Amino acid sequence: MKHETIETNAGWLIVLVFIVISIGGLAEIVPLYFIDSTVEEVKVDGVETVRPYTPLELRGRDLYQREGCYVCHSQMIRPFRDEAVRYGHYSLAAESKFDHPFQWGSKRTGPDLARVGKKYSNQWHVQHLIEPKSVVRESIMPNYPWFMENKLEYKDIAGRLKALKMVGVPYSETKQEYEDNVKRFGKDVAKFLDINQAEKNLISQALANNYDGNKDDITEMDAIVAYLQVLGTMVDFSKFDDGHFATFR
Amino acid sequence: MSATSQVSPQSYNYEIVKKFTIMSLVWGILGMFTGVYIASELAWPFLNFDTPEITFGRLRPVHTTLVIFGFGGSALFATSYYIVQRTCQVRLWGELLPSYTFWGWQIAVGAAAISYMMGYTQAREYAEMVWPIDILIALTWVAYLVIYVQTIRLRSQPHIYVANWFFIAFILATAILHIFNNMAVPVSFFNLSSYSLHAGVQDAMTQWWYGHNAVGFFLTAAFLGMMYYFVPKQAGRPVYSYRLSIIHFWALIFLYMWVGAHHLHWTALPDWTSTLAATFSILLLLPSWGGMINGIMTLSGAWDRLRSDPVVRFLIVALAFYGMSTFEGPLMSLKSVNALSHYTDWTIGHVHSGALGWVAMVTFGSFYHLIPRLWETNFYSERLINVHFYLAVVGIILYISALWVAGIGQGLMWRAFDDYGNLAYTFIETVEFLHLPYVMRTLGGGLFVLGIMVMGYNVYMTIRKARLEKDEIEAKIAAKMAAAQ
Repeated sequence: MKHETIETNAGWLIVLVFIVISIGGLAEIVPLYFIDSTVEEVKVDGVETVRPYTPLELRGRDLYQREGCYVCHSQMIRPFRDEAVRYGHYSLAAESKFDHPFQWGSKRTGPDLARVGKKYSNQWHVQHLIEPKSVVRESIMPNYPWFMENKLEYKDIAGRLKALKMVGVPYSETKQEYEDNVKRFGKDVAKFLDINQAEKNLISQALANNYDGNKDDITEMDAIVAYLQVLGTMVDFSKFDDGHFATFR
Repeated sequence: MSATSQVSPQSYNYEIVKKFTIMSLVWGILGMFTGVYIASELAWPFLNFDTPEITFGRLRPVHTTLVIFGFGGSALFATSYYIVQRTCQVRLWGELLPSYTFWGWQIAVGAAAISYMMGYTQAREYAEMVWPIDILIALTWVAYLVIYVQTIRLRSQPHIYVANWFFIAFILATAILHIFNNMAVPVSFFNLSSYSLHAGVQDAMTQWWYGHNAVGFFLTAAFLGMMYYFVPKQAGRPVYSYRLSIIHFWALIFLYMWVGAHHLHWTALPDWTSTLAATFSILLLLPSWGGMINGIMTLSGAWDRLRSDPVVRFLIVALAFYGMSTFEGPLMSLKSVNALSHYTDWTIGHVHSGALGWVAMVTFGSFYHLIPRLWETNFYSERLINVHFYLAVVGIILYISALWVAGIGQGLMWRAFDDYGNLAYTFIETVEFLHLPYVMRTLGGGLFVLGIMVMGYNVYMTIRKARLEKDEIEAKIAAKMAAAQ
């Protein structure tokens, strides 16, 4: 076929352009769904340790997105010596397999947060979020005092879990799904994945841990701190041989 | 179809082109001002003022959306509607549908900016719009495709001009990218929140396949379409090589779709994918430079125009920046370079050498050519076009140099070890280092905004002049008619 044919025929031009631009995406995205080693299996004693977020953590994650935290903080540690010292073990694909959307980020105006969980106390996080400069003098992060002032909105929490269930996150609605989760994640985790108990679970986690130091209200601070404290804590690397996860790369 | 039939300018739909041109400048000024403001927030954080709506995290997508989709998108609608009519020698297809694309697009951009400030976002870079806005964009885009294809089908020229190939590829690719990247399940029909269909590693791959092709098709292929019309027109010479335009067109649109994963080097994305993306990124240098060479060489034999014509200067400097940033891009996509550059301001600097140097400059040049023809007059001030040019160029150079220092400097500090094997710098020490480059960057960006404001004034005065001239002519005609009676 001469190029003349394409140039004088809109139909040919459109069809050929469509084919040419489709190939790259198909070749790179589709296999990621079918090659098993893309996402590592992380099991300890037959139980999966990477789990979906609890209702409270999920609301914290929603707030993380609302404020655009991903614009300045990555959640993806690369396999380099300096990052291992600074942040910890490099991130596994498995650690974000329930993240809709992913929050790996693209810029580190602030440090990586992939393993920030349990590194600092709840109190530190509360103070840091209200006024970062009060704990890190040179910080350029904005203040987020409204996390403490705003009551957490959680009426739609069951709807949120249901939407996530539709995109493949194993929250349970039926007895059978609950039993499956008990087998997969253990009983303690499965309880928190029950959509029917979502609101109750959210309240009880906030009250039991009192992340914001304020016993009277469930604030946005409770949710965001609960989320930050779980980041990067689901894989216990001491349970695996050195180099075990390198086999997946 | 006859090649000789001529359409008089009166029968083209210039109204829609005018509307998009003006809105492009409005969004450009707002979006670039927002950019300077958030750059200032990084240099002087008190500017966040403890106010949720204007904190950096919420305003950054306002900046990117206003400049990419507001300024760039409206400029593409304007120029593509103009070019398709001129090169097909036929009036734009449809009457209501082009107006619908105008209002659909403007509402989407405005609603997106307001919704981010209120905290509604999908948290996907350059695709932060919540699902109802995504649907509005999809419907507007389908209308755009229909108008474009129908106009081409009705052309009175046998050949489809090269600029239109690029616009067709851009419209089709953007449709595919937008739809696949925004697939999500809303929390409910009355809730703006949604959760994306993909998760983790697949989601990252889809997002950067989208993200880099927003650059590749929205900000490159389409602007090449603009270049292929306005450079030969303003230079008064034919495109340098017809054969080169064919080769680099097909190579460019094929290769671009593979390179998105270079944003994910050294992450949990499998190595095979990121290696493939790096390979294609290096190959992409060839068609990118093919376009640059074809554009710049179009001026061959008329190089003196660079001295005498400020509009040519805008267009050629835009191509020079295009060449530079499409060299820097493949360099940064090498895994070893990326290990240093990723997560730093070098990436931001690179984006701006493309976005300011290429996209904005080629748009300004095209608008300076277009606006006198749309309003049938001469520009209010040629001197101000020159002032704009120098403000813009100095601004860009300051901006990207500052961020080379910031990015490379911080990248080296992050990985530095002392003699005892400890990290040489704490994270916050590397942040302190950024202050001075951030101030310089703000200054560079400020000059660039000043430039577009000068343009805004010049355009306003030109349109006013055109109105006055028209009134004057009408008054003269009326007087003559009265005298004749």
